[in-house]
Amino acid sequence: MTGRVSIITGASRGIGRAIAVELGKGGGQVVVNYVGRVDDARETARLVEQAGGRAIVEQADVSLAEDADRLVESALAAFGRLDVVVNNAGITRDTLILRMKDEDWDAVMNTNLKGAFHLIRSAARPMMKQRRGRIINIASVVGIVGNAGQANYVSAKAGLIGLTKTAARELAGRGITVNAVAPGFIETDMTAELQSDVVAKMVEQIPLGHVGKPEDVAKAVDFLASDKAAYITGQVLNVDGGMVM
Amino acid sequence: MSDTFNRVKNIIVDRLDVEESKVTLESTFKDDLGADSLDVVELIMELEDEFDLEISDEDAEKIRTVGDVVTYIEQHQ
Repeated sequence: MTGRVSIITGASRGIGRAIAVELGKGGGQVVVNYVGRVDDARETARLVEQAGGRAIVEQADVSLAEDADRLVESALAAFGRLDVVVNNAGITRDTLILRMKDEDWDAVMNTNLKGAFHLIRSAARPMMKQRRGRIINIASVVGIVGNAGQANYVSAKAGLIGLTKTAARELAGRGITVNAVAPGFIETDMTAELQSDVVAKMVEQIPLGHVGKPEDVAKAVDFLASDKAAYITGQVLNVDGGMVM
Repeated sequence: MSDTFNRVKNIIVDRLDVEESKVTLESTFKDDLGADSLDVVELIMELEDEFDLEISDEDAEKIRTVGDVVTYIEQHQ
């Protein structure tokens, strides 16, 4: 669909940036959301336009309900419509449960899970009126299999999968599909912090034998956002080289 | 017929895609007008915008007929 309007949260870098660029191809109109890194977000917007799309940059912390509302309003004001929402914004505060502080738990839950809930709630209304819409939540395979040292992150991602299925059921009657993409081990700033022996061990678990790129995730999102995926809702698509099956 | 009723009726006809003649003060949303729970939520949100008021979930649950809505709006404006 030409000119489709998308909001991508956490689009200043990594997977979010790759999704923004992918959805911008061929005239896509993209709201590049960021929380703190305005220069990176502007660079994403430049890449979107270079790919043939249009972009606006919008600061919003979706863990705050009013920011999520404002983000949807900015899309409607700039482009007159809202077709796709990608809940990608995510943070980590990794540590073992025994060492995990309430603040670590809350911060990750608020951004990764509550943020997605806020934006779905805000976006559902214009999408219901349009009788069409695509919501794609970026979960993680750790939300399916668990991961030591990430109780907060894993719980948020597992919650996001439950949220995906519930929103899919509630909004199906209005032509809105809701799906999740669960990346495995993807090369980003988030995974760059890992030590090389940890990385080598993880790669051993990947049948396709190498780590993924943000673009691999972006292409799956683009598929779910397209008319080709019209009959798919409430699903989790793992993009992980076969790590979890 | 009150002005409130006519405004409510227009929204219902538009939202639920029903004949104008089917919308009376006595018609129930679920049985007479074929609204599902999501339709009712959408209607309530639209009525809140139209009449610039807020209908609490508690009050919304009590709404069964078009007349209930009209009375509620007239009492709360």
